[in-house]
Amino acid sequence: MAKILIPTPLRPYTDKQDAVDAAGATVGELLADLTRKHGGLKAHLFNDQGKLRSFVNIYVNDEDIRYLQKEQTPVAASDTVSIIPSVAGGVETVIAPGSPKPRSGEGGPTLSNDEIKRYSRHLIMPEVGVDGQLKLKAAKVLCIGAGGLGSPVAMYLAAAGVGTIGLVDFDVVDFSNLQRQILHGTPDVGRSKLASAKDRLNALNPEIQIDTYETALSSENALQLFEPYDVIVDGTDNFPTRYLVNDACVLLGKPNAYGSIFRFEGQASVFALREGPCYRCLYPEPPPPGLVPSCAEGGVLGVLPGIIGVIQATETIKLILGVGEPLVGRFLIFDALRMKFRELKLRKDPDCPVCGTHPTVKHLIDYDQFCGVTPAQAAHTASTPVNNATELTALELKARLDRGDKLRIVDVREPNEYQINRIAGSVLIPLGEVPRRYQELDPEEELVMQCKSGARSARAADFLRSVGFKKVLNLRGGILDWIDKVDPSQPKY
Amino acid sequence: MADRGLTISADVDAAIRRHGEETYPNECCGALVGRGDRVTDVAPLPNTTDEGPRRRFLVRPSDYREAERRAGELGGELLGFYHSHPDHPARPSQYDLDHAWPTFAYVIVSVASASAKDMTVWFLKEDRSSFDEGTLHHGENTHSDAAPAVHR
Repeated sequence: MAKILIPTPLRPYTDKQDAVDAAGATVGELLADLTRKHGGLKAHLFNDQGKLRSFVNIYVNDEDIRYLQKEQTPVAASDTVSIIPSVAGGVETVIAPGSPKPRSGEGGPTLSNDEIKRYSRHLIMPEVGVDGQLKLKAAKVLCIGAGGLGSPVAMYLAAAGVGTIGLVDFDVVDFSNLQRQILHGTPDVGRSKLASAKDRLNALNPEIQIDTYETALSSENALQLFEPYDVIVDGTDNFPTRYLVNDACVLLGKPNAYGSIFRFEGQASVFALREGPCYRCLYPEPPPPGLVPSCAEGGVLGVLPGIIGVIQATETIKLILGVGEPLVGRFLIFDALRMKFRELKLRKDPDCPVCGTHPTVKHLIDYDQFCGVTPAQAAHTASTPVNNATELTALELKARLDRGDKLRIVDVREPNEYQINRIAGSVLIPLGEVPRRYQELDPEEELVMQCKSGARSARAADFLRSVGFKKVLNLRGGILDWIDKVDPSQPKY
Repeated sequence: MADRGLTISADVDAAIRRHGEETYPNECCGALVGRGDRVTDVAPLPNTTDEGPRRRFLVRPSDYREAERRAGELGGELLGFYHSHPDHPARPSQYDLDHAWPTFAYVIVSVASASAKDMTVWFLKEDRSSFDEGTLHHGENTHSDAAPAVHR
């Protein structure tokens, strides 16, 4: 028998007494006797698994039983046992404030027998369990892009039972996607990526909802698109959209599970949580246009988006469950050739223009302009008139060659690209070698600079003019346009 | 239970708002002291969370004991706790629910960009399934020297 001191909030369950007697030789036995006598206490002291709740502290005299023998701590009749609350609270990590607690049982959402079978390997983990699975079911995640990164992200989130997955994309499945974009299969080539993705995800898990948005993400639609979602997953492949996703996430206070890939290297982080940095804290300004090649220009190892996308999916699930340490304030860099992960510490920049203490970006801006992408560069194969002084089209090149004009075609791609396809008679000088090899070229000859799609060759042409070449033209649309318009027998990549 | 109310004096209202603004962008927390459904004093408490004070608060057992002791000294009882939600609505979170005590009044003040906005009061349902929102009444100051009764 020992005396137990009852804190204010629990006194309604002990007939207003601030101290009651209970029998037992250990704390556990005393508490069992206490809750037998005062049944209303049980739910507030113990959780569904019969464990003391984390915010319930039991002291024997002045010692916390966590530092004694926990519930096996012996108690003598002369001891005083106190129940002392910790009081804790705070704002949500992810799930919208005020959303009802997902509970198994009466009222709230539940798992069907099929779902229990499907998610059983989650349900037996203490970190997930039924409550965690219901959080996943209630969660809404938006994937920007249904391509390399979006494929593993959406597939694993669907398999894990994330209740609503949104996909934003406007592309069509191409043969060149299949090396890495595992949402799509060979029969899907030519279909819209969203239709293909929806079929694949529904086949994987018919219990979840797939929302598709066949549109280009823009400053006009981003906030509205993001609004209903808890987590945004950035699977984009270009800087304007990356800054747009970041800024929209910061403005809406939604976490951005970020990933990017190039050749053998990948990056991942979680941006835009209120206490953590955003993408602009890391990169306040975009790189000069053309400096960082895209995957279409530089290539990417097919499995790389698998590795990085799965990290993004993992972080998304952790945010939803509220478990573990999120990848916030940490920038993960993966090198597949060395098979090494490195981690950089990131700090929230108080002067960040979006998430700093005195933000200057308070609404979405023109991100093409911000990243220095002019509409002409964004669509250099479009049918806007050609600047005859500096450019020519594939058809014009063909006509001039047929006429017998003396032209030197300089291919500035990499040797492995040149191996795949080329314009007959061209010479290969990769862009990086142009500054030390340009003297191989004759300034008297008329030069046509050419690459895959026209961006790298435009920079090579600019360079040559800067060192005194007068007759330099750029092949607009590159070899891709050449194959489309002139020589369809060659393969495209 | 659903229409339970809580009456706070103008001084208490001002003290909670001021505390929330002072600690912004971190969360503040403190005890509500009074009698019945009338809060007459607040006792600001240190936020001892180690999970990041921008989105969490924690009142340690030792501070809880101190709050009960102080409530007795002031001739009242501990009625509950208040805390702030920096840049979030004055609605209880799942985390608040998971850590709530019965019968206590939970006052939440929303602080947006260092400026206190909405204030609400919540009571845990008996089955712990959710909170009931109470009605916050604004009463007269109960004693003219109420301001010094706000302890640090």
